[in-house]
Amino acid sequence: MSYVRPKFRHPSLPTNKLGYTVDYYEGSLSTLCAGCGHDSISASVIQAAFELNIEPHRLAKLSGIGCSSKTPAYFLSHSHGFNSVHGRMPSVATGANLANKDLIYFGVSGDGDTASIGMGQFVHVIRRNLNMVYVVMNNGCYGLTKGQDSATADNGSKNKSGQVNPFESIDLASLAIELGATFVAQSFSGDKTQLIPLMKAAIKHPGFAFINVISPCVTFNNNVGSTKSYDYVREHVEATSTIDFVPQMTEITTSYGEGTTEKVKMHDGSFIQLNKLSKDWDPLDKRSAVNAIMSAKEKGEILTGLLYMNPDTQDLHQTINSSDTPLNMLHEKELCPGSTILKEINANFR
Amino acid sequence: MSLNTKSIEGQDGSVNQSGINNFVVRFANVNGTGSASANHLFTKAIFRMGIPVTPKNIFPSNIQGLPTWYEVRVSEKGYLGRREGIDLLVAVNPQSMQADVESVRSGGYLLYDSSKKLGQEFIREDINYIGVPLMNMCNENYTDPRQRQLFKNIIYVGALAALFNIDFKELENLLDEQFKGKEKLIPANIKALQLGENYIQKNFKFPLDLRVERRDILKDSILMDGNSACGIGAVYAGATVAAWYPITPSTSVVEAFMDYAATLRVDKTTGKRNVAIVQAEDELAAIGMVIGAGWNGARAFTATSGPGVSLMNEFLGLAYFAEIPAVLIDVQRTGPSTGMPTRTQQSDIMEAAYASHGDTKHILLFPSTPKECFDMTADSFDLAEELQTPIIIMTDLDLGMNDHVSQPLQWDDKRKYKRGKVLSAEDLEKIERFGRYHDVDNDGIPYRTYPGTHPTKGSYFTRGTSRDEYAVYTEDGNKYKQNMDRLMKKWETAKSLVHKPELYQEKNISENGVLFFGTSTYSVEEAMDDMKAQGISIDAIRITSFPFNKTVEDFIKSHKKVFVIEQNRDAQMKSLISIELQIDPNKLISVLNYDGLPITAHHIVQEITTNLFQNQKVK
Ligand SMILES: Cc1ncc(C[n+]2csc(CCOP(=O)(O)OP(=O)(O)O)c2C)c(N)n1
Ligand code: SF4
Repeated sequence: MSYVRPKFRHPSLPTNKLGYTVDYYEGSLSTLCAGCGHDSISASVIQAAFELNIEPHRLAKLSGIGCSSKTPAYFLSHSHGFNSVHGRMPSVATGANLANKDLIYFGVSGDGDTASIGMGQFVHVIRRNLNMVYVVMNNGCYGLTKGQDSATADNGSKNKSGQVNPFESIDLASLAIELGATFVAQSFSGDKTQLIPLMKAAIKHPGFAFINVISPCVTFNNNVGSTKSYDYVREHVEATSTIDFVPQMTEITTSYGEGTTEKVKMHDGSFIQLNKLSKDWDPLDKRSAVNAIMSAKEKGEILTGLLYMNPDTQDLHQTINSSDTPLNMLHEKELCPGSTILKEINANFR
Repeated sequence: MSLNTKSIEGQDGSVNQSGINNFVVRFANVNGTGSASANHLFTKAIFRMGIPVTPKNIFPSNIQGLPTWYEVRVSEKGYLGRREGIDLLVAVNPQSMQADVESVRSGGYLLYDSSKKLGQEFIREDINYIGVPLMNMCNENYTDPRQRQLFKNIIYVGALAALFNIDFKELENLLDEQFKGKEKLIPANIKALQLGENYIQKNFKFPLDLRVERRDILKDSILMDGNSACGIGAVYAGATVAAWYPITPSTSVVEAFMDYAATLRVDKTTGKRNVAIVQAEDELAAIGMVIGAGWNGARAFTATSGPGVSLMNEFLGLAYFAEIPAVLIDVQRTGPSTGMPTRTQQSDIMEAAYASHGDTKHILLFPSTPKECFDMTADSFDLAEELQTPIIIMTDLDLGMNDHVSQPLQWDDKRKYKRGKVLSAEDLEKIERFGRYHDVDNDGIPYRTYPGTHPTKGSYFTRGTSRDEYAVYTEDGNKYKQNMDRLMKKWETAKSLVHKPELYQEKNISENGVLFFGTSTYSVEEAMDDMKAQGISIDAIRITSFPFNKTVEDFIKSHKKVFVIEQNRDAQMKSLISIELQIDPNKLISVLNYDGLPITAHHIVQEITTNLFQNQKVK
C-alpha cells in the first residue's frame, strides 16, 4: 500500500467551479506497491478531473487486467468503473460509448494488457476513432504476474534477474500515430506538470486520445540496466515542448519566446499552448511526429509531451450517424416499429 | 422426346394417390450459378398455392463451383421436417451426376439436360428419365452468356411447373414482385418459363402422378428463415447496439437486423440512426462491446456460431459474475472447430450452458420455428435485463438459413420493454446507501444503476474480481460464497421467468415419453403420427429453455423411459438433463443424428420402435 490517507481534511481546501474539493475526486486506498509509478498517474487523473471541473458521475472509468488496470478503483470513486478482462477494455469501452455518447470514457491499461493480449483491440479501437482517453501505464513488464518482460521492454534492457531482453520492443506511440490516432502523447509518471495538462487536453479531445505514460515498476523493473527504471527514465526524458492546457474563455497569460509558441485550438474553444523545445517538430504533422520519436530513440532519449494531434476529427458516432439522443435513453416509441409495420413485413414473406 | 428418354408412363403405380401434394424434389446445382433464386421461385409458387412446403439448402463451404443441392419437400399433412427418398431429381450438375442418379428412389424421376446424350453409366432401369435440352434452348434463345446460364434455371422451373401442375399465374406474380422497379427483365423470364413449360407439354405426358393441387391449408402463414426472424425480433425488442463478427450460419441474423434498421430506425427529424452496428475485429471484441453497452443501459446483442461462442467464453463468465445483460444468438453448425460449417447440428449445448471457467451457468432458449425465433429474440432482451445476465438463443443452421412455413410474426402494441431493476436518480435519492449486489427483494436479483445517473449516489466499480454487496473488493471466502449462492438463487428465479416447455398431452397416456427441442420438433411430430399409425402412442415434451423447470422434471420422473432426440454425437441435452435434474441417465435413451443434415421422422421412428421392440423380446 503506497500511502495512508489522513482522515482529517483541512476545511479550507480550495474548491473548483462545481464546489468540490480535490479529495472528492479521489478513490479508495491504493493497494499497489509503495512508489509504484501507477499511483502517481492516478494522482494526476484526480488533479486533472478536479481542475477541469468534471462531474465525476459523467465520466466512466474502464480498464483491463493488471496492476495498472486496478487503478480506476483508486481515483474518482463517484464515477462508475468497469474492470474488465485482460486486454479487452477497448471493446467494453466501445460498447459503453455506443450506448451513451454523452459521458467521458477514461480507459486505463498496462503495457502487457495493451501491447500483447490486447493488441488486436487496441489497434481497432484506434481505427474507429472512439471518443475516449486511453492511458497506458507502461512499465515494460507484467507487474501483477511478477515481472515478466512485456512487449514494450526495450531490446537490450535488463530485467531484475539480469536477463537481457533480446526482442524488439513495440513503440505504442508511433504505432498509434500510424494507425490514425488523432491525439497521441507520451509522458512520465513522475512529471505531473506535464502529465496533468496532457490529461486535460486528452479528455477534451473529441476523438481517440492516447497517452503512453512511462510508469516504473519499483518491485520488478527498477533495477540497473532497465530502461524503464526511475533513474534511467529521469536521465533520458526529452520533452517536445512544455504544455499548458488553457480552458475555454480563459485569457492566455503565459508568454514564451518568439516563434516557439504554438497554440492548438480545440473543438470547444479551449487551447493547448505549447512552448516548443524541438525545432523540427510540428504537433499537427504526423510525419514530423514520427520523425521526432525516431530520432529521439536513435539518441537514446524518451520523447515526451504532446506528439501529434488532429483537432478536427470525426468520432465513431459521427461515422455511423447515430442519433443525438444517447441510444440508452431511447424508448419503445423511438425503437419499436409496431404491429402495423409487422403486418407489412409478414406480407413480404407470403 | 430424346432417344435415351424412357417413357414416364406406367413406371410406378405406388405413388399414384399419395403423390398429390406429397413428394420430395431435389435440385442438384453448381454453387454460384444463380440457381438459388430459380429454386426459390419453385418453392414459393407451391407455397402460394396454399400447400405446406419445406425447402432445404444443402450447400458446401464454397463460393463458386462446387455441388450444391436444394431439396423441397411438399407435404399436404404439413410435415415440415426433412424426408428421405427423392421422388424427382433435377440434375444440372455433371460433377455430381453419378451420385444424383443413384439418389432417386426406385420409380422416381430424373429431369436432366438432354442437350448432350446421357452416358450409359447414368441409366437405371427402375427410374424415369425426363430429358429437356436446357443448354440448346438457351443457346437458341439468348445470346448473352450470363443470360444463358441464368435462364437455364428458369427453363427447368417452367418444365417443373408443367410436370407438377403448378399454377403459371403464381409464377408470373412472383416474377412481377421480384423485378419490381426492373420491369424490363420480366418478359425474358416469363419467356424462359414458357420455353420449359412448352417443351414438356409437347414431349411428355403431363402432369405427373406426383403433382400439386391448390389447397387452403396455410391460411396466413409466412415462409421465412429463422435468422431474418431473429433480426426482426431484435429490431422490435429495441436493441440499439449490435456487434458481430461474420460467421456462417449466423451472419444473416445481423444482416437482417441491419436491413430492417436501415429503414425502421431512422430519426424522422434528423435522419440520424437510432442504432449502432459495429463489425468487430473478432468475437472477443463483439461480445465485449455487447457487454460494455449492456452495462451502460443499452439493449445489445451479437450473433455467432460455435467457434465464436468458444472465443466469447471468458467474457460470458465475466458477464455472469458481474451481472450484465447481454443477448447472444448462437446459430449452431456442425463442429468441432470448422467441422462442416455449412451443415446443421445442435452441438453447442454444453459449451453454451456452462460457457466460461469457474462456476457459471447460462440461460438458453431453444426456438423451433421462425415465429419462435422472433418471439424468443424479443423476449431475450427482457430476460437479460430482468435477470442481469447473458441469454443465449440456441438456433441452428437448418432453422436459421432455410425457409420454414411459420405462423406470422405478431407484436402487441401495448407491450412495454421490461428493463429490470434499474434505479433512477429519484430512486437513489431515497436510498441511504446503494449496494449493487444486495439481494433486497430476496429473489437473487440485485438493483443496478447506469453510469451518469446521479452526481453523488449509485456509482460502483464493476469487476470480475470477488466483492461484497457494495461492490467493494474483497477476498473474504464467505463473502465470495454468499455471492455465488445468491447467483444460484437468481437461477431459481429464472426458472419461473423463462419459457415453459410444451407438453403434447394433458395427462400421461404412455409409460414412455419423448423429449426434444429446436429443429428436431418437425420430425418428431411426424414420427409420433407415424408411430400412432402403427399403434404406438408416446407422450411428448418439447423443451424451450434452460434452466429446466418442474414440468420437465415431472415429465421425466413420471415416465419409465424417455427418448431424448437431439442432433449431436455426444447426447449433450441428455447429459445436461442428467446433471441438472439428478436423473439416472439409463432412463434417458438417446436418438441422435449428426451427419450434418436435419434429422428425419423415419430415423426417429426406427430408433424408437427398435428399442421398444427389443425390450419386448427380452422380457
Ligand atoms: C486471460 C488472462 N491471461 C493471463 C492473465 C494473468 N495476468 C494478469 S495481469 C497480467 C499482466 C499485466 O501486465 P500489464 O498490463 O503490463 O500491467 P502491470 O501489472 O504491469 O501494470 C497477466 C498476464 C489474466 N488475468 N487473464
Ligand atoms: S508490482 Fe510493479 S506495477 Fe505492480 S504495483 Fe508493484 S510496482 Fe506497481
